[in-house]
Amino acid sequence: MGMTVVEKILARASGQQAVKAGDVLEPRVDLAMSHENAALVINQFLEIHKDTGLEPKVWDPSKVAIIFDHRVPAESPKTATNQKKIREFVARHMISKFHDIRGDRGGICHQVLPESGYVRPGYVVVGTDSHTTSHGALGAFAFGIGATEMASVWTLGYAVNVVVPATVKVEVSGDFPPMVGPKDLILHLIGKLTAQGANFRVIEFHGPTISRMSTSGRLVICNMSVEAGATSGIVPADAETELYLREEAGVRDPIVPVLPDTDAAYERTVTINVGGLAPQIACPHTVDNVHPVDRVAGKKIQQVVIGSCTNGRLDDIAAAAGILRGKSVAAATRMLVFPASARVYQRALERGYVADLVRAGAVVMNPGCGPCLGVHEGALGDGEVALSTTNRNFKGRMGNPTAEVYLCSPAVAAASAVAGEITDPRKGA
Amino acid sequence: MAKVVYSIGDDISTDVIYPGRYMATVLPTETPQYAFADDSAFNGQLKSKQIPPGSIISAGANFGCGSSREQAVSTLKGHELIIVARSVARIFMQNAINLGLRLIVAPEWEASVGDEVEVSEDQVTNRTTNRSFAIERLPRARQAIVDAGGLIAYTRKRLVEGSTVTSPSRGR
Ligand code: SF4
Repeated sequence: MGMTVVEKILARASGQQAVKAGDVLEPRVDLAMSHENAALVINQFLEIHKDTGLEPKVWDPSKVAIIFDHRVPAESPKTATNQKKIREFVARHMISKFHDIRGDRGGICHQVLPESGYVRPGYVVVGTDSHTTSHGALGAFAFGIGATEMASVWTLGYAVNVVVPATVKVEVSGDFPPMVGPKDLILHLIGKLTAQGANFRVIEFHGPTISRMSTSGRLVICNMSVEAGATSGIVPADAETELYLREEAGVRDPIVPVLPDTDAAYERTVTINVGGLAPQIACPHTVDNVHPVDRVAGKKIQQVVIGSCTNGRLDDIAAAAGILRGKSVAAATRMLVFPASARVYQRALERGYVADLVRAGAVVMNPGCGPCLGVHEGALGDGEVALSTTNRNFKGRMGNPTAEVYLCSPAVAAASAVAGEITDPRKGA
Repeated sequence: MAKVVYSIGDDISTDVIYPGRYMATVLPTETPQYAFADDSAFNGQLKSKQIPPGSIISAGANFGCGSSREQAVSTLKGHELIIVARSVARIFMQNAINLGLRLIVAPEWEASVGDEVEVSEDQVTNRTTNRSFAIERLPRARQAIVDAGGLIAYTRKRLVEGSTVTSPSRGR
């Protein structure tokens, strides 16, 4: 029996010929990413070394990435102090893949890593963030872990006791209709699988629609795979991956794709044709509460958010700017735009998207997680309704448990911002 | 015998267990005050120590889904709560094992607030309804971390043995 992509990656990383779902391994880690929660990782890392007489040393500082994104610039003295502590640690341990709060190279970890060329096909990537699944878009096995587990990786250089996950194959065919794209596909898939449908499993994406999809789109579907419970989403590397790594990420060294065997053992296969797919929307308070947007059209919205590691890239901002150009955000609606990285922001400026958005009444903020997790800017008032291109709508997610969050694509968000209510973008904003 | 003090449904996210706005608080000694912070009644009971250690939170499927924040585990562990759920999301389960939060997965589990519960090696019994539910065993590899007393101790042992990726003896 052949191996899936993830089985192959794990076999290589643990020095084995062949592995299968259910095996327990300790794979070498190629990249270990954290954000502000590195403050807790540092704490646990020092704890591991306590009373051992050994000097705390990160196994390989070139493989550790720390990106400030969740609360930038700091929203409180507590966060600022955590960030200060992390900077000191970064300097002491000579961690080079560090992205501070900066207008030239800052941004959300899940955008900074790919665009900086830190992730390669075949890598084992761990991150203290559940959306680490994003990096499967580049053919890596990338999964989220907790802070203590990261401290263990910093110490040992491998992940302990990893159970090889079973893989669900998702075959996607058909052309996206106008105003429908990767976000609608992944929302539809999560609705179909449910929030726990892929728990402890990997989702491996295949099919002509995926082959034609940009890396930006692949980042969207891998990012949200975790919302179906998946350990990881992955698109086996192909020509598009190579193009992205060369042109966008400036990678010069050899790129070695890892591909699944043709007789790989999948737990099951799900097929989707996107030819007839309508724009999708996830209704409060679970991500798998997915419907065609028409079902809730007309619902008044007080805030629209475009951004996040899911949909804060250049093509997302371009889509929103295209819809808002020459129009105006509805009077009773606030629209906030958070580019996913400094690079995305700069390009959006150069191409005039920021001007289009600002003239229409949107507020364009600094790159970062923004209101996505409810700690920083853009909090919601009691009972307010938000429409957002982010990835989670759990109760309290945007900081207010009495508010409602709907999730959608940038096209739906922009068209709805103009109308002041949830709107099908195909109807013309 | 332990009492069910709180009962919640399916897909309870870490945003509910430990809201994102308290994420700047990281130390396990400080996180317990924010357990279920958006439910002021239950949070109040916890903070005023009305809930005895060893009490049970009864949950449905996919408990702890969402963010990887470890505070969602340390906040519950701080009150020495026991979680009995029908199923648990992956990262939450790993964090619970790593930090030593008592977590029992019983796929058929049913209970209400006030029920008296008894836990044995392989089943959890609701004494109030007189029903027993089979417990799903942890994978052996994970049990090793529990037996070591958590991941800190487990990794420390490996470190002291020189079992790191950079050590030649390991041959990785
Ligand atoms: S944008 Fe939101 S989902 Fe993405 S890393 Fe930041 S907080 Fe997490």
